[in-house]
Amino acid sequence: MEFSNLRRMAPLLFTLTILSLLQASKGEIAPEPALGVTILPPVKPDNGPQAFPDADKANLPVFTMDYPRIQIPFEITLWVLLASFAKIGFHVYHKITIWVPESCLLISVGLIVGGIMHSVHEEPPAVLTSNVFFLYMLPLIVLDSGYFMPTRPFFENIGTVLWFAVVGTLWNSIGIGMSLFAICQIEAFGVQDINLQENLLFASIISAVDPVAVLNVYEDVSVNEQLYIVVFGECLFNDAVTVVLYNMFTFVAEMPVVEPVDVFLGVARFFVVGLGGMGFGLCFGFVAAFTTRFTSKVREIEPLFIFMYSYLAYLVAELFAISSIMAIVTCALTMKYYVEENVSQRSCTTIRHVVKMLGSISETLIFFFLGVVTVTTEHEWNWGYILFTLLFAFVWRGLGVLVLTQIINPFRTIPFNMKDQFGLAYGGLRGAISFALAFTLPDNIGRKELFITATIAIIIFTVFLQGISIRPLIEFINVRRTNRNLDTINVEIHCRLMEHTMAGLEDLCGQWSHFYWKDKFMKFNNRILRKILIRDNRAESSIVALYKKLELQNAMEILDSVSGDVSAAPSIISLYEEKKNSAKPKKKFLAPDLKNMHDILSKNMYKIRQRTVAFTSKHALPNDIQTKEILIRRHASVRRSLRPGSFQSSYVPKSQKYFSLPAGKSLDSRFTSARQSYADNQETMSEVGYPSRRARFSRPTRSSSRAMMPLHRLDTLKEAPSVSVLDERQSDGARMNRGITRTNSSHSESRPLNPSFHDNSGSVDNLRNDSREAEEEEQQSQPVAPAWAADPRDRSTQNPLLRRPQWNLKK
Amino acid sequence: MGTTQTRSENKYDDLVTKTGFSPEQIKNLHKRFQQLSENEETISKEHLHSIPALANNPIKKQIIDAFFDKRNQHQDEVGSFQEIGFEQFLMVLSHFRPPTLKMSEEDKARIRKEKLRFLFNMHDTDNDGTITLAEYRKVVEELLSKSGTMGIEAAKAIADAAMLGVASTNVPHMKPDEFYEGITFEHFEQILKGLEMETRMHIRFMDVNTTTMRCGKSTS
Repeated sequence: MEFSNLRRMAPLLFTLTILSLLQASKGEIAPEPALGVTILPPVKPDNGPQAFPDADKANLPVFTMDYPRIQIPFEITLWVLLASFAKIGFHVYHKITIWVPESCLLISVGLIVGGIMHSVHEEPPAVLTSNVFFLYMLPLIVLDSGYFMPTRPFFENIGTVLWFAVVGTLWNSIGIGMSLFAICQIEAFGVQDINLQENLLFASIISAVDPVAVLNVYEDVSVNEQLYIVVFGECLFNDAVTVVLYNMFTFVAEMPVVEPVDVFLGVARFFVVGLGGMGFGLCFGFVAAFTTRFTSKVREIEPLFIFMYSYLAYLVAELFAISSIMAIVTCALTMKYYVEENVSQRSCTTIRHVVKMLGSISETLIFFFLGVVTVTTEHEWNWGYILFTLLFAFVWRGLGVLVLTQIINPFRTIPFNMKDQFGLAYGGLRGAISFALAFTLPDNIGRKELFITATIAIIIFTVFLQGISIRPLIEFINVRRTNRNLDTINVEIHCRLMEHTMAGLEDLCGQWSHFYWKDKFMKFNNRILRKILIRDNRAESSIVALYKKLELQNAMEILDSVSGDVSAAPSIISLYEEKKNSAKPKKKFLAPDLKNMHDILSKNMYKIRQRTVAFTSKHALPNDIQTKEILIRRHASVRRSLRPGSFQSSYVPKSQKYFSLPAGKSLDSRFTSARQSYADNQETMSEVGYPSRRARFSRPTRSSSRAMMPLHRLDTLKEAPSVSVLDERQSDGARMNRGITRTNSSHSESRPLNPSFHDNSGSVDNLRNDSREAEEEEQQSQPVAPAWAADPRDRSTQNPLLRRPQWNLKK
Repeated sequence: MGTTQTRSENKYDDLVTKTGFSPEQIKNLHKRFQQLSENEETISKEHLHSIPALANNPIKKQIIDAFFDKRNQHQDEVGSFQEIGFEQFLMVLSHFRPPTLKMSEEDKARIRKEKLRFLFNMHDTDNDGTITLAEYRKVVEELLSKSGTMGIEAAKAIADAAMLGVASTNVPHMKPDEFYEGITFEHFEQILKGLEMETRMHIRFMDVNTTTMRCGKSTS
């Protein structure tokens, strides 16, 4: 019974999930018409009685079932779960999603489910109505892409993006519409009854491109930023254009006669709708940002404001029948920057996760449903019309990109070459939005079924054919690429340097471009907007921000390696004991020691790698409870360390040109006093801390090849088992280098001594290393007190950068 | 009058081949040059320092110095000018012509190198072929000088961390008795290796006269 119910209720699910999610929170307008109309009769007459066999008996029932009561939310949940399971399934074998886009797989699963439903003669109820789609599903999809739009490249290319999105979509709609209308005049196809308005309506539906699959591919092969952002922006804004056109044409299609004046009114309306949407978005964006200024006491509902304001912008725009997509996108773009500075780290994470989650579930459901509907509905298949639709969609897209690029290229600093143009044209997949628009066409369109069939055909054709072939093609023609993963401090400094240089030169020679406007906006932003909208309104340079981020990352890893240590603690201790017993611990590492160390290392390594991946991936933030605390601590310590006259100045050599010390001169001889002050730290860290140090400084990097490096070093240990003090120090130094600078220099196995660097953090570590070495030799015979006893606060007063959080945990 | 006209056209031809600008661009830039130099033949640092639009640029000094740096003139000279003429002005700006579609890979590589060299020269103020820590710090400090107190204090630490980064990228096998004295140009190229330069550091030199568009009557 459940199964049949389930199948019958399939479509309901879309609606209801979203509905129930959103409805609970928004009180203002509770439009329930969709529900009221579409919901099936809650009790199935044939099944119902079986569920309650003896319902009319008066006794108190021991066991009852009230399925109809929970039916709707229950089935929605099941559907969402099913779609989510499908998504999990795709990633079981990760290579599938590399070669086949996820949307293809979703449609395939949908087709299978549809096939099953068809075989048992179940009809999918028509639940994806216009209201449900426009009020509950579309905003989620659009909010997702609007919120994650990369801001800087977008504004650098805003002209091109809007050019392709607006003019390109108009070009496609009108081009395809006109050509199809011409085709309709041929009697052999038997579709003469489709008039021009309906053709245009249909054309506007299928000119909405949805390149999620393409964007994934582009991200993976890291194509150049310009191409990426144009595809991204185009998909976002042409949704807006398409929806406007769709509304206009559905209105026009119902009009008996179209007069010339209507065309002009249509054009005027087009602009009113677009710009009006932007205006609403801006307003709500700023109000949202302003609101979050005051939410520091109510952290738990912070994320809610973001969603409520975005959705409010959408609904209000919808109320005035202006472009609600424009409104929500502009709102998200406007507030994102300010909100993320105002809210806490955790709220920020929540916002991103929820936006991403809602967006992807909405899209997943549409694709899934597309698969189901493809099998289960009646189709009107017209070879001529559908084939010509495919042909025209392809041709007009290509032509459009070609022509529009020729026009826009003279205005671009970096013109698009032929390869970029191919990438643009071939990236024109049709997707969820087209389908939903077609499916929600009003019933009075004569050939609605034909339109749905043609839309499904074109979606499946483009998603499968182009979606699968685009990766090999892009790799084959070798589109210009941008390495977007460079965040070393040097690169950031130079990017900023270049930007300022360009802005300065443009001022100097009287030219202007986006650098000029960016400069002006930043000034306005720093002077006025930030003061109003942001609680803590110290402007922060991106260099400082990156520096903090890297520091934070560093701190996270330190924490990580410690949590590894805690579990591995017994082995460390035993290692230590063994070392002590053998009186001269520097002699040789025994085989079990090596094994122990290997275990410890691999454990730490594993964790670090996982965490780093989670931390650096674009949308998934670390869900570490301690993040916030670390952030605060790091902030404090950075600030303290940056105070004039902090530790740093005390032992930087006079000639700052020398960035390292001559190795002959030991650090200890120069900095005896410093060594004294760190004396007890050294005790605690010298022996026990050493494996963890090893792991800590083997900086995890993004590529797995780099992350494997420390294992090589372990081999070194094996090859030369007589590891001496000197040896250990070398590798420490090497590790430290890498750890601090996040570079991937290839260290050879048997390395010479590493220079010691004087740096705000490096010098401290080094200093510690050096003094530690000396002390180890001195203290070889002394019993060493349990390491855990060291008081971290002591150290922190000496040197903020020594405040390693891990020692707290050990206490 | 006529003769001066033709002479300046000829002069432009010369400059076209030398710098690769189009005659229209040169004409516009010449107008701007004259506006800046108050119709003198040469331009001095004071002229450039008085440009109001530059007032907010944190690295104003470096930018202006770059114009007076002989190393940016595509000739193998070092030292600095006291005053520069229009030709030198153009030579400096010619670093920033946007690429065209027809450029070969070698051209791109050469242009990239030239741009990096320009940046490098901005750092290396004492012409000795290396960026020392002090020089690097100075630049970072100025970059951050507009972002409040935190920025100035952070600058030093950041420059140090950055320098350490350069050192370990380039000299992983340094002997302990070696010093990392500073960033040489090769090292400089190395640290920015992955960075795409093709889309950076361009100025769109307009064919139309934007100076008059912006400055109205003052250019006349």
